[in-house]
Amino acid sequence: MSAEPEITLRYFAWVREKIGRGEERLALPAGLKTVADVLAWQSTRGAEFEDAFGKPGIIRTAIDRRHVKSTAPIDGAHEIAFFPPVTGG
Amino acid sequence: MPVRVQAEDFDVAAEIAALTSGRTDIGALVTFTGLVRSTQDGRDLVSMMLEHYPGMTEAELEAAEAEAAKRWPLAASLIIHRVGELHPGSNIVLVITASQHRQAAFQAAEFLMDYLKTRAPFWKKETFSGSEAAWVDARECDAEAIARWASEKR
Repeated sequence: MSAEPEITLRYFAWVREKIGRGEERLALPAGLKTVADVLAWQSTRGAEFEDAFGKPGIIRTAIDRRHVKSTAPIDGAHEIAFFPPVTGG
Repeated sequence: MPVRVQAEDFDVAAEIAALTSGRTDIGALVTFTGLVRSTQDGRDLVSMMLEHYPGMTEAELEAAEAEAAKRWPLAASLIIHRVGELHPGSNIVLVITASQHRQAAFQAAEFLMDYLKTRAPFWKKETFSGSEAAWVDARECDAEAIARWASEKR
């Protein structure tokens, strides 16, 4: 049995504000396979996380700086980012 | 086909001059500039803060330019997007497209803005007079604008 690798999680805009941090390094719990799994796990990490991640379908995700859908596998990811729909321009 | 993400303002005339310097193949050049509006739904905007995802933002803007260059015969293009605190009247974004003929330049400029608005990781937080700063919600019409290009045949 091998330990899960440490990866970087990044947060932007109101997701960052709600959970009170822009970035963290950690090993995800074993058994998470897709972006949807990670989003569901995030919402269980305490009140701030539930506030940010509790409503399904709102937060967007990028793996290694590319947009991904919630069905995307997280296998091999170095950096996973969570953010609201973009509002530039 | 450069892209720049910067806090500093940009000079549209200087950017056009740099893009066209020494070139004689450009017959049409289109610029789009986005600016900070002072009022929205009757409220007075004091300032706007633009956050972004360094690295991914540039990659998405480069992907937008690469996609535009595949769809239209562009001689050159440029995207500059500002970040940080901006005030009413300030420039936010500049898109320049250049081609032999106007149709490609017009369409590519519009495509780049539609792409940027739905995919480039920027987020605006607005402060209105007499109220707390609030994050801007994404608009449905922006998603519809980019979807149009997927179905449209040139």
